[in-house]
Amino acid sequence: MKMAVCIKRAADMETRFKIAANGTSVDETGVKFDIADFDGFAVEAALQLKEKDGAGEVTVVSLGPDTVQETLRKALSMGADKAVHLKADAVPADALAIARVLAAELKGGGYDLVLFGRMAIDAANQSVGPMTAELLGVPCVSAASQLTIANGRGTARRELEGAAELLEFPLPAVVTIDEGIARPRLPSLKGIMAAKKKPLEVKPSQVGESRVKITKMELPPERTGGRIIGEGPAAVPELVRLLQTEAKVL
Amino acid sequence: MANAFAFVESRGGELRRVGLEAVTAARQLADGTGGGDVHALVIGAPGIATKAEMIAAHGADVVEVVEHPGLALYSPEVVAATAAARIGAGTYRAAFFSASAQGRDLAPRVAAKLGVALGADVTAFETSGDAIVVRHPVNTGKVIATLTITGTPVLVSLRPGAVTATRAPRTARTETIAPAMDPGSARVVPTELLAGNTAKLDLGEAPVIVSGGRGLRAPENFKLVEDLASAFGNAAVGATRAVTDDGWRPHTDQIGQTGRLVSPDLYVACGISGAIQHLAGMRTSKTIVAINKDREAPIFKIADYGVVGDVLEVLPVLTDAVRKAKHSH
Ligand SMILES: Cc1cc2nc3c(=O)[nH]c(=O)nc-3n(C[C@H](O)[C@H](O)[C@H](O)COP(=O)(O)OP(=O)(O)OC[C@H]3O[C@@H](n4cnc5c(N)ncnc54)[C@H](O)[C@@H]3O)c2cc1C
Ligand SMILES: Nc1ncnc2c1ncn2[C@@H]1O[C@H](COP(=O)(O)O)[C@@H](O)[C@H]1O
Repeated sequence: MKMAVCIKRAADMETRFKIAANGTSVDETGVKFDIADFDGFAVEAALQLKEKDGAGEVTVVSLGPDTVQETLRKALSMGADKAVHLKADAVPADALAIARVLAAELKGGGYDLVLFGRMAIDAANQSVGPMTAELLGVPCVSAASQLTIANGRGTARRELEGAAELLEFPLPAVVTIDEGIARPRLPSLKGIMAAKKKPLEVKPSQVGESRVKITKMELPPERTGGRIIGEGPAAVPELVRLLQTEAKVL
Repeated sequence: MANAFAFVESRGGELRRVGLEAVTAARQLADGTGGGDVHALVIGAPGIATKAEMIAAHGADVVEVVEHPGLALYSPEVVAATAAARIGAGTYRAAFFSASAQGRDLAPRVAAKLGVALGADVTAFETSGDAIVVRHPVNTGKVIATLTITGTPVLVSLRPGAVTATRAPRTARTETIAPAMDPGSARVVPTELLAGNTAKLDLGEAPVIVSGGRGLRAPENFKLVEDLASAFGNAAVGATRAVTDDGWRPHTDQIGQTGRLVSPDLYVACGISGAIQHLAGMRTSKTIVAINKDREAPIFKIADYGVVGDVLEVLPVLTDAVRKAKHSH
């Protein structure tokens, strides 16, 4: 099976974020970056499908500035075969603008399966995957928590609020990956060495008009927690009193 | 005067609360611009038309109803094609969807079909000149972005609870519409809805969440968490990844960075350390209670009320007290 996985470089979510001086972005000084969480799950899912088949090829694709090459190399060191860097000054805030660039690259690539993360952990739109599928005109299941591929068809499970649904679809297809399918493996030393020799193609890309503009970024109000009201079961009456009179939730 | 569109989510022939929230949002937008028309679309198996009245009661001027025996389950391709066709047939400033599991699948498909921008998982919105300005939490809720979105229409998916479904009765016209494609020709075929316990409140909708972590020691001790939830009466049960990984609780109960994002009125964290990935999913809760035997546990830093102690001892006493408090009302 020929597979592609679209991956985004994202900040480590353990970061204590600061807003940059322009007021519309996050200050990147000292921030660690890696493959966005769900995109790591998607890479792992592709590698497991390839290993199960005993054949196939996994290409990882990322849109962004030169820094995304580090992210692509990480995926190569996990076991992906090839990487494509769609070079642009910045990743636009408009998910459809991202999808257009990705679709232009994927179209004609002959992929049986294109995987995405359920959502980019930073932008949190959960939109680029289904949008790209529409632009490619191929079937799509989003936020799959289970995925089986056999005889040119796929079966997926999606988690709903208090329920789940099963869907079937033919390949070629786009699937976006939720947690539950696979935890990303850590690259082995051998993998890291091998990644250095794997092909990473750089393609200048034209990002079209973005109709979504970030006009402000701010930190939510700090929580003022930290109040210990007591120890053990003896603290319960005071807790209940506070829930009734102060928090008014009981 | 601007018209607005709402996609009204349903499941198993019933409207979902988030669906009515979308109608209320569309009504707010139309009224806020001097009073345009609200069109609301509902799709389902025969019988869904009986819900038109409820939709009108929340402010729709026109209820567009699509009934088809092949649409008992959410069929992504058919619903997306139909919603895109209906939105394309009118002149709307904005079209509202829900940022629910279904809506987050649907809205991007429709946006791509129409070639318009989508503001996803929106917690607040307003019109501003030709644009729609929305707020959208990014970086696991640690940063809030304000986005200015242009083009017509702008698609918006609303975070559940961002708008309160409100009655605003209209004498609505109902239009019966055929699906934009034959459900039998869809490539992606929904085969089964695995209904969870329908009596159970969903994590996204429950005003109170009682959540358990590894501090509960054993899966059977989750009974204590469930007991407290049922004492509240309006509570759902959540869990940490440590616990869902070990199979004590289903993955769907997981709250956090890679699980559900929740913001109930009250969140009770039982035997939860407060790892950053867990906090990412619940830090916007209005009131947080933590019960943990380790005074240094990070969860206490964000808890409004902390109790240092053994959950296995505190929970039964708390459950009893909550039950009594509820009864004395
Ligand atoms: C990429 C990534 C994504 C992740 N996503 C998530 C996510 O979405 N959600 C999530 O929850 N986690 C997530 N995690 C895992 C997270 O880092 C933590 O490991 C997890 O939240 C810990 O769960 P816990 O609090 O139940 O367990 P622990 O960290 O083991 O904490 C148990 C707590 O119970 C207390 N305790 C023990 N016994 C008792 C007792 N008898 N009475 C009272 N207290 C007691 C202890 O003091 C301790 O504080 C993620 C991790 C990674 C790397
Ligand atoms: N700049 C990018 N390059 C490659 N893939 C991306 C990029 N941005 C988003 N994606 C993919 O689209 C998914 C959904 O992103 P989003 O809609 O922004 O939440 C991500 O999990 C990635 O798989």
